[in-house]
Amino acid sequence: MCTYLTEKVSISGSGKGPSGWFRLTDASVYFDHPVHAQAEHTLNIDFLDPGAGPSARVAVELTAESAQALAKAIQAILDSAPPGLC
Amino acid sequence: MYDAMLAESVTITGHNGDEIEAYSARTLQAGPVGSVVVIHHLPGYDRQTKEFTRTFAAGGLNAVMPNLYHREAPGAAPDDAMATARASGAIPVPDERIVGEVAGAVAYLRGLSNSNGKVGVIGHCSGGRQAFLAAISLPLDAAVDCYGGFVVGTAPEGHPLHGIPPLVDRAGDLSCPLLGLFGRDDVAPSPEQVAELEQALKAHGKTYEFHSYDGAGHAFMQVDRPSYRPEAAVDAWQRIWAFFGRYLLSSVIGKESQCALT
Repeated sequence: MCTYLTEKVSISGSGKGPSGWFRLTDASVYFDHPVHAQAEHTLNIDFLDPGAGPSARVAVELTAESAQALAKAIQAILDSAPPGLC
Repeated sequence: MYDAMLAESVTITGHNGDEIEAYSARTLQAGPVGSVVVIHHLPGYDRQTKEFTRTFAAGGLNAVMPNLYHREAPGAAPDDAMATARASGAIPVPDERIVGEVAGAVAYLRGLSNSNGKVGVIGHCSGGRQAFLAAISLPLDAAVDCYGGFVVGTAPEGHPLHGIPPLVDRAGDLSCPLLGLFGRDDVAPSPEQVAELEQALKAHGKTYEFHSYDGAGHAFMQVDRPSYRPEAAVDAWQRIWAFFGRYLLSSVIGKESQCALT
């Protein structure tokens, strides 16, 4: 099934695409059909700079288990950073 | 059978008279031949659905697939266009706009010199829902719903489709025979939802033909996905060819043709 559901978040940072590095201003997070990954549904993240056009995008499609592990890893590394850095 | 065809990107007049991109695959037979509007799934106007569109032309029909995300990202790669549509809140595409784009595709097909005037519609996944939507909104000659979700049932609060009345409530408006192809392991549409749709069609005296396959779930016709179920998919393709052959009045449909369908 198509879930249609999308979470959008404003972000600040950079990503690297086929043309090199570019700034990131937005991210879309959704659990829906992937384009490439061999799973029926994946946790997909589009890192975007809408002002630079549709191709200014870094995309990932992760299995649900992978996404859970990644989310834990992100939180763990942020929690372990020295005080005052983030 | 003479099997030459021409496939290319074209511009058609869609909703509100706006020009949008579409992928056209046309048999080069003199005709008259039937035609099909192909509605892509939520991931977009992609390689697999273009292949599917070409399959109809290889089988002796004219086919066209409107790019439902053209307005959000003209000229973009299909996956980038989908991402742009999602980021801009254009997914789901409003029903009114989908109907307008399909109406434009129908007009394009009926205007082809070898058209017999008959036009069907087919869609898969979310496109299955949109095929049903088109068939209850426009005068068509045949419709095929390949496991379209949200034809029956109400989306929960917070869901982008929440508040949109179930399409099944408009079953009485169905303008043409309907072929439904479903997997019994699917959850959207579930077997219970398929049964509810069938009951509604029956109550309104509509012509329909449903096939539900054991051991198949959603997207069982897509050959490059883990969901592919060859036995069900091969049978489904035979049903599609027979159905379009019956209602689009084409005697030259290639029954051997099949391809990926998500």
